[in-house]
Amino acid sequence: MQLNLNTCFTTLENFGHSLKSSSYRIPIKKKEDIYEAFQLAKKLGLKVTARGTGISYNDASLNGGGIVLDMRGMNQIVEWDSTTGVVRCESGVTLEQMWQRVEPDGWWSPVVPGTMKTTLGGCLAANIHGKNNFQAGPIGEHVVEFTAMLPTGALVTCSPKKNADLFYAMISGLGMLGVFTSITLKMKRIHSGLITVDAWHVLNLHKHLSDLRDHAADHDYIVGWLDAMARGKSLGRGQIHGARQLKEGEDSNPQKTLQLSYQHLPDRFFGILPKSILHYFMHPVINNLGMRFVNMGRYVSALRAHTFRQSHAEFHFLLDYAPNWERSFGRGGLIQYQSFVPKETAEDAWREMLELSHRNGLPSFLGVTKRHRPDKFLLTHGVDGFSLAMDFKVTDKNRASLSAMLQEFDQIVLNAGGRFYFAKNSETTAESARKFLGDDAISKFKKLKRRCDPNGLLESDLYRRVFG
Amino acid sequence: MSDSPKPFGQTQAKPAPATPLNPRRRGIIIGASKGLGAELARKLSREGYSLALLARSGDKLEALCREINGTGQSARAYVHNVAEYDKVPALLRTIVADLGGLDLAVFVAGVNYPPGGIDKYNFENDRAMIEVNLIGAMAWLHPISEMFQSAKAGQIVGVSSVAGDRGRVGNPGNNTSKAGLTAYLEALRNRLTRHGVNVLTVKPGFLKTEMLTAALGPTPFAIEPSKAADDIFNAMKKRRQVIYTASIWRWIMLAIQHTPSFIFRKLTF
Repeated sequence: MQLNLNTCFTTLENFGHSLKSSSYRIPIKKKEDIYEAFQLAKKLGLKVTARGTGISYNDASLNGGGIVLDMRGMNQIVEWDSTTGVVRCESGVTLEQMWQRVEPDGWWSPVVPGTMKTTLGGCLAANIHGKNNFQAGPIGEHVVEFTAMLPTGALVTCSPKKNADLFYAMISGLGMLGVFTSITLKMKRIHSGLITVDAWHVLNLHKHLSDLRDHAADHDYIVGWLDAMARGKSLGRGQIHGARQLKEGEDSNPQKTLQLSYQHLPDRFFGILPKSILHYFMHPVINNLGMRFVNMGRYVSALRAHTFRQSHAEFHFLLDYAPNWERSFGRGGLIQYQSFVPKETAEDAWREMLELSHRNGLPSFLGVTKRHRPDKFLLTHGVDGFSLAMDFKVTDKNRASLSAMLQEFDQIVLNAGGRFYFAKNSETTAESARKFLGDDAISKFKKLKRRCDPNGLLESDLYRRVFG
Repeated sequence: MSDSPKPFGQTQAKPAPATPLNPRRRGIIIGASKGLGAELARKLSREGYSLALLARSGDKLEALCREINGTGQSARAYVHNVAEYDKVPALLRTIVADLGGLDLAVFVAGVNYPPGGIDKYNFENDRAMIEVNLIGAMAWLHPISEMFQSAKAGQIVGVSSVAGDRGRVGNPGNNTSKAGLTAYLEALRNRLTRHGVNVLTVKPGFLKTEMLTAALGPTPFAIEPSKAADDIFNAMKKRRQVIYTASIWRWIMLAIQHTPSFIFRKLTF
């Protein structure tokens, strides 16, 4: 590879623009490029991390001072079979590319996160989940097989039957065992481009969690918005959206609603304001006082329970609704703290955390809840319980106090038997990771790492932080 | 990589991983074992930089790193002779990997060998000054400039000297090396500003360091190197381009630069 590494030096960021890190970015077009990059790294004594679109909230795709493989160039959908719903893609294919290919044929990805901008490689490495985690599990459960290149140059193909130990470790393995090259997924049948959504409000945290639990069974998807700034009796109030796929025949004209043009997110608000500039208008509101009003207004508008239909894209990809919304958090950016807590302990744990955030004057501006179930991937974040994701604005002034508070949060979550998600939390320490993963899982992971990556070439900032 | 010097002893610990709530800036100081370089290391570590410190003398570097790491900050020592240009690329790669990135490069390394009289000539000494003060700077700042330009971020600080502002009778070799360095830094600035990279040229007058004892004649307006380090840090924050320290040297040098040659030729300093 004829490369001047100096001119590959690039400043990379996390999704929330709260962390910068410079690395040598090498564009990858084909799997041979990955092998050459491994050889180069070995020669120069550098570490390697694969990066897709770089939208995890933390340091999962950062590798300061090392090599970052830019996988976005490996983005071919190799094979799509609209009769079986099986799609084979290169790992740099984004969910956006994939759903736009399969949706007009009456299929949808069985699991999607809140954004369509992620690459499939990133989805597998973090083993992402969606609003249907309680029934569909993480995306790993819908992988038919994948092929990955190990740092030795060997290509391994894994499925739940073949190389099963690697299958369950590389999915959720944060890209630390190998680099995905090809991914085969099984899609899910849909009979309409629309989805039926029930929306209702919940008065407090107890009702919030019991509704998430009790209403999950009669919906395919369930997600809650939690007003993390409400206090006292209203603590944990919010709104729940439960959604169902339409059954065959429910949509009188599926030909029309399955068209891509029907799925496009509007690019203007109220028909006039281009969304691309929306974040400038959001910026002045993103502070304790402004967000209090926003959350309150949102709650008031949620008081009316209603049912409506919306396109799949509109329902799932909330994060893509206002492009660059994360910019509105200002220079310090934002972080997200997401905890996964068993259903028995979640209410007490989150009550304690929310009250702590109010006492510290560091409320979360946005809270999102979901219902989950465990899975059998090695570095799993699944629990039979709930997750609460909280967005925090980072400023020069609040860094120290926010950091101290999140360490307290970690203790509360760990004491409640909870877990963390490696695509989100940026402050999890090695000690906290060991506590929730358990020594067995970690030693099993490290053993596999020694087998797949004998020279220890694959390392990210995240890996050094939690396993270093 | 085996031939590149590794950090040793107490200085092995890698800097703590940077997170959004514990951001770290990363800097490299070339010529950090004593004087201004050491004071800059102390100052920058107090300001939250993780540092790689380079110098020829391992013992002094080691002591300085131990001192800085003892305060809870992070510094790693790398023994290196600036005139060994061939070793720079590999060592730079290692350092950037160890630091986890690079945001700042400070070139302070410099030697000064006065010839010992206004009628004395010493080619070996003059050559050594050019090799360290000027070519050493180019060996380090070339690849760093290329990296910063590519990343569209970063800051370069070069410590030149008031000695580079005019060729004088006392030490032609030193004047030449510093004039060359000043011009080189200006050229880098003109190349890099458009890419978002700031280049700061520092022109110290007399500093109360070992170099003071080497100077012939009087040493007016000498300041402590810690004062100069504070000045440099403030200038970095403001992203300034050229500073004199102590600041009075700006006016002194203005006068000296404008002294007509027919007078300057007759002076003995």
